[in-house]
Amino acid sequence: MLGVAPLGMIFGALAIGAHLSTVAAQAMSSVIFAGSAQYIAAQLLGSGASGAVILLVVFVVNLRHALYSASLAPHLKHLKPAWKAGLAYLLTDEAYAVAITHYNRSGDGAYRHWYFLGAGLTLWSAWQASTALGILIGARIPPGWPLGFALPLTFIALLVPSLKDRASLAAAAAAGLVGLLSVGFPYKTGLLAAALIGIVAGLAVERRGA
Amino acid sequence: MKGMSGISLWLTIVIAGVLTFATRLSFIALLERIKLPAWFQRALRFVPAAVLSAIILPETASRNGALDLSLHNPQILAGCLAVLVAWRTKNVLVTILAGMAALLALQAVLGRAGL
Repeated sequence: MLGVAPLGMIFGALAIGAHLSTVAAQAMSSVIFAGSAQYIAAQLLGSGASGAVILLVVFVVNLRHALYSASLAPHLKHLKPAWKAGLAYLLTDEAYAVAITHYNRSGDGAYRHWYFLGAGLTLWSAWQASTALGILIGARIPPGWPLGFALPLTFIALLVPSLKDRASLAAAAAAGLVGLLSVGFPYKTGLLAAALIGIVAGLAVERRGA
Repeated sequence: MKGMSGISLWLTIVIAGVLTFATRLSFIALLERIKLPAWFQRALRFVPAAVLSAIILPETASRNGALDLSLHNPQILAGCLAVLVAWRTKNVLVTILAGMAALLALQAVLGRAGL
């Protein structure tokens, strides 16, 4: 849980480094509330990308949340719409990991959604507070510091433990290779091509192995 | 800041928030109404690995917007070390700290060697 605090600080500092205003940086943390998408959106805003490109990238980067949504949906089926909406707003990588582990371990009891809510609100509060701290400190971080490297590092930490079979390894390898080849593409459009080709590669290897 | 300011900046932030929320709510809200095709469900499984890898490799292997696969790019070695640490510890914070420490150390070494 405490793992999100340095990430929030890094976001706050990155956003200030990308010349976003204090209010806009904090608003991104409460309105978007999605670490990796915020990192990229802040960097794109700083480099002068258009709104349409930023929205496309945010959507693509957050597509994995649709997977979390599909995975948790059966456990939340009995809840009222307001509960579903509230929990969906809180559905970050970390909240998903905590919630799905709890559901898998202790089944679908009547009050499981309260556990999800508690974890989600804790993570939300930690994210807002650490963003504010990062904004405060951000202006004082020397420009030569490679804070941006925290983004690929975060994703390495999420990706590597999830590569448990040949099909997902193939998806990651193909997507990474295409990503490297498309570095020169404007506004990270190479990311979408790389992700799609990676997904196709994963499906192909899975089909051959089955 | 270049490019965007004022209303278009706020519109972008709000729409990005709505998009993110809609993505997270998607299947939670619709599960009872729609049945997903089998191939789509299989494809969803590969989204995280593909998207993350498609971000990691270019970010790590490029500097100042251009590919730099030489040893003069300290991010590559630091990234490899981070992969090892992530694999052994499965811990996000430890991985970030190890990767950052490695990058700072490598930068210092390269700087001293005049590279």
